[in-house]
Amino acid sequence: MNEKIPVLQLRHITKRFGDKVIANDDVSMDAYKGEILALLGENGSGKTTLMNMLSGIYFPDEGEIFVNGKAVSINDPRDAFDLGIGMIHQHFKLIDVMSAAENITLGLSKEGKLNLKQTAQKINEICEKYGFEVDPNQKIYNMSVSQKQTVEIVKVLYRGADILILDEPTAVLTPQETDKLFKVLRNMKEDGKTIIIITHKMHEVLDISDRVAILRKGKYICDYETKQTSAQILTDAMVGHTVSLNIERPEPVNPKIRISVQNLTIRDKDGIVKIDDVSFDAYSGEVLGIAGIAGSGQKELLEAIAGLQPVEKGTIEYVDEDGFRENLLGKDPMEIANMGVSLSFVPEDRLGMGLVGNMDLTDNMMLRSFRKGKSIFADRKTPHDLAEHVVEELDVNTPNVATPVRKLSGGNVQKILVGREIANAPKVLLTAYAVRGLDINSSYTIYDLINKQKKSGVAVVYVGEDLDVLLELCDKILVLCGGKVSGLIYGKDADKATVGLMMTKVGGGDADE
Amino acid sequence: MNKVPLIHITRRKELPWYRSWAVRVIAVVVALILCGVITLLLVKENPISIYATMIKGNFGTTKKVWNMLEELAIMLCTSLALAPAFRMKFWNLGGDGQVLMGCLGSAAVMILLGGKLPNIVVVLLMLVAAIVAGTIWAGIPGFFKARFNTNETLFTLMMNYIATQIVAFFVVVWENPKGSSNVGIINQASRAGWLPTIFNQKYMIIIIVAVLLTAAIYVYMKYTKHGYEISVVGESESTAKYIGIKVRKVILRTAALSGAICGLVGFLLVGGVSHTLTTSLSAGRGFTGVMVAWLGKFNPFFMILTSFILVFLDKGAKEITTIFGLNDSFGSILTGLILFFIIGCEFFLNYQISFRKKQNKEVA
Amino acid sequence: MFNFLVQFIPRAVVQGVPLMYGCVGETITEKSGNLNLGTPGIMYVGGICGVIGAFFYENAVGNNMNPFLGVFIPLMCTLIGSLLMGLIYSFLTVTLRANQNVTGLALTTFGIGIGNFFGGSLIKISGADVPSIVLSRTSKLFSATIPGASKLGAIGEVLFSYSTMVYVAILFAILAALIISKTRVGLNLRSVGESPATADAAGINVEKYKYFATCIGAMVSGLGGLFYVMGYASGIWSNDAFGDRGWLALALVIFTIWRPGHSIWASIIFGGLFILHNYIPTGVNLANKELYKIIPYLATIIILIITSVRNKRENQPPESLGLSYFREDR
Repeated sequence: MNEKIPVLQLRHITKRFGDKVIANDDVSMDAYKGEILALLGENGSGKTTLMNMLSGIYFPDEGEIFVNGKAVSINDPRDAFDLGIGMIHQHFKLIDVMSAAENITLGLSKEGKLNLKQTAQKINEICEKYGFEVDPNQKIYNMSVSQKQTVEIVKVLYRGADILILDEPTAVLTPQETDKLFKVLRNMKEDGKTIIIITHKMHEVLDISDRVAILRKGKYICDYETKQTSAQILTDAMVGHTVSLNIERPEPVNPKIRISVQNLTIRDKDGIVKIDDVSFDAYSGEVLGIAGIAGSGQKELLEAIAGLQPVEKGTIEYVDEDGFRENLLGKDPMEIANMGVSLSFVPEDRLGMGLVGNMDLTDNMMLRSFRKGKSIFADRKTPHDLAEHVVEELDVNTPNVATPVRKLSGGNVQKILVGREIANAPKVLLTAYAVRGLDINSSYTIYDLINKQKKSGVAVVYVGEDLDVLLELCDKILVLCGGKVSGLIYGKDADKATVGLMMTKVGGGDADE
Repeated sequence: MNKVPLIHITRRKELPWYRSWAVRVIAVVVALILCGVITLLLVKENPISIYATMIKGNFGTTKKVWNMLEELAIMLCTSLALAPAFRMKFWNLGGDGQVLMGCLGSAAVMILLGGKLPNIVVVLLMLVAAIVAGTIWAGIPGFFKARFNTNETLFTLMMNYIATQIVAFFVVVWENPKGSSNVGIINQASRAGWLPTIFNQKYMIIIIVAVLLTAAIYVYMKYTKHGYEISVVGESESTAKYIGIKVRKVILRTAALSGAICGLVGFLLVGGVSHTLTTSLSAGRGFTGVMVAWLGKFNPFFMILTSFILVFLDKGAKEITTIFGLNDSFGSILTGLILFFIIGCEFFLNYQISFRKKQNKEVA
Repeated sequence: MFNFLVQFIPRAVVQGVPLMYGCVGETITEKSGNLNLGTPGIMYVGGICGVIGAFFYENAVGNNMNPFLGVFIPLMCTLIGSLLMGLIYSFLTVTLRANQNVTGLALTTFGIGIGNFFGGSLIKISGADVPSIVLSRTSKLFSATIPGASKLGAIGEVLFSYSTMVYVAILFAILAALIISKTRVGLNLRSVGESPATADAAGINVEKYKYFATCIGAMVSGLGGLFYVMGYASGIWSNDAFGDRGWLALALVIFTIWRPGHSIWASIIFGGLFILHNYIPTGVNLANKELYKIIPYLATIIILIITSVRNKRENQPPESLGLSYFREDR
């Protein structure tokens, strides 16, 4: 390892939002040349806020930042990359209608006249050096998530960054893509760059980092040399008390078919096939996991069951207690919901679909119930009581039920959404990315909720992205790849490598034996 | 490199209502002072007398008070018509056209059927014709918005001009006397289709309608299922779809409602105020109504206040222009200026400015 | 037919040019994500400021007009007046992050008020019998054409018979198109309109771009008002005569799918539609004439519908159009 030269030093950084929220409280930490530093912490521990102060998005209320030993003031992103600091945000900062080259050269006025050919050439040089693949002329809206991420990284390198900050870079990648990314990161480290990576995933921390720094509730806790630590130590430091990493998986009791999907094919608005001849059954009292790379058709599949997505071919049947089958196609979302099919969907933007951010808890509870009854007036009493109930039952941290949900943290928002969906006593619970972006404690609350539903005989469909969780929580896992089913496996017998392979090619699990 | 920004802007938590209203009142006062100064420069009068003139223009005589109340009622009704559409983020800039079509519908019934049917029937038919005409005029852009997401801002705007030309066409058709190129007072002798006076006050009925409409829209937006649907669609179309609201239907229905109430305003204007048909009957209230509704946060009761401010300014400015011999458009300048202040002051309600202290060196 | 066209096209062109200025100005503004509904007001202000400058210059020097000053003074007045309007809009929407629609409408109320108020005042000062101001000497300077063009017959009539400001408008449209698509400034501007957060993260000064684009756009639109008075109306200002051309210019922006290059032919077609009612024989039936005036508005609506039905990725408005940007909101 190189000799330890601190390139970045933070001293007593404090950042407040409003009067009450302290996002970062007197944080002091260092990063060295040629190292990969993992920044670990629960949701709301202030990791992203801290890094945003380095990239010029926020300005610290107190404290000082030193780069290469000199005190600096980072007022905006331009200052940041003048200092050689580049950040790859969780939500990519790319302009869809522009090409990769246009995005990369954006804002670089010191490069002089706009010359996209020259830019493309320079991009190719960077790609060769570190092992990326980017087509400079491709429009962003035609790219996959991992391609977009690559463009982001190249953009930062193109600007000559020596310190790279990556905010949860693997959240949207397949295991294979993650490996590729890590290889590139190691190449950059060899080149003497400093890399700070924010992540939730423990095994990745152990895999890629040289050192781990831990934040808890806005405070800097400690750092560890990665070689001398373990997942358990890190988790304890992060959470502050010991938690079990085991997820409960009760045995299914008397499973019966609830939802039967046959030969389903879905095309999107542009005519692209999103779901291709998919068939499966979901049983009561079971958790059916759905695994796949982001954008493999999970969203379309769940939306089709919930009546939100037009279907080209195939059938979706709901099977009731007596075995009577009823086709769900052609029914509107309200009718389907009344039959007991409940969709708890967490799209990338949590508040985009299931909840309305600007409305308060009561009004959000009303979304499901406001049409009940013949009166032209909407009933507010019942939703208000339900809101009170959910807040109490699920321990939602909110001042009162009249608070707009956008003001609550991600975990609390998710509790409200799931709480509302299970309040209808559904027969089928569809969840997508139920724990995306939640910290460990909140995630376990959600797993418990799901298991409770399962034990009461609900058929749960769980679309997830964290394979570890899928393998521990689900009874069966349906793996999707490019809209096709590439396999159905039992949670108990599956291993990660197999599922990972199946995610990338149809029948991949068998082909590799 | 070591520059520290002097001013730092952050979003602030909601202010208590009395403080937010204080900010708005201060903005209006500052704007009024500025308007006074400008008027002062132009007419060289002492500012107190300018404000006194404005007040006189609104409250000077009983007749002026009634005129002001009538204006206020019509202004309020127009903005009430627009509010549900705006809550749904449907930017209906076509209020003028919808009101004009309402006027046209009423005037047509008045001219063609006045005297041929019992008066009560004529009035009812006028009301129906006005509402139908307004509904159609807003329903067309509403349909295309719902079906193809066609930009409603420009669509409704263009519908204004089409309405103006259609009215211009009928003004020529119905001109009375021939060659005067205007319609004149309709049914002046028979008063067929004129709204009745209540307590001997010509405008009382309009004021009553405005009061009822304010309450009705308040209840509609806040307590009914329709009102709730409008809010959800306005906040997030994908949420609305997710819970099975028929978004297209809600858009169409709300746009139509907006047009229907505009049509009602047209009915009040023709039947209760002017008893004639011209292309300028709506007098830009469709645009002022946008600002009234927005400044009143789409709350019907706040909108009473914001309509009053705008009507007061307008009447006051008109009085200044007649007394001091300025031209009519002076009122628009003053209104514009005051609006800038009211619009601008919202910033101080949502954001706070802090001046960063000199960076403290660590205290050992 | 040929003779009709030779006569019709030049008239359509001079009708279209105010729209062209307005459309190019508004496109530049909208590329930065600012939807400026104040453009109709800005064009009024542009017109009246030029009129004020010309009025006082004409009255001061009488018949000894210096051709350069005679053009320069009204031009500068227009530019300064519309710049101030642009600054009001930018300050409210960019610095104070006010709602763009409401600000724009208030600006239009204000601008039309300014136009008619000062117009009315000048009319009073000049003591004319008719309610208008005649600035024919200034107008003559503005409408200097290419010498010898009229000798070129029909081609000269259709292509080379116009005053300088017509060619300037076309030049502006081409320049704006080139700058937006080919230069770094244009790239940065587009990025601000598409996604200010991305532009900001790339180190582009979002507020500066929004200010500059809006103010430059306002000045270009203002020139449309000036051309209307000096080029089209032969130096005659009367209140409300400019009418709703500002709104048509806004509609043209959508019609040209935010490409200033297209505004050249599109605004001429619109100009043609605008005067078409004069060419439709109606005889003595004045009522029908009123109906024919619907044509340009109806055409706008049809185009709005067609573009929305086609709904192509490249033809969408700048993604953040109409939204204000605050860095810490994310």
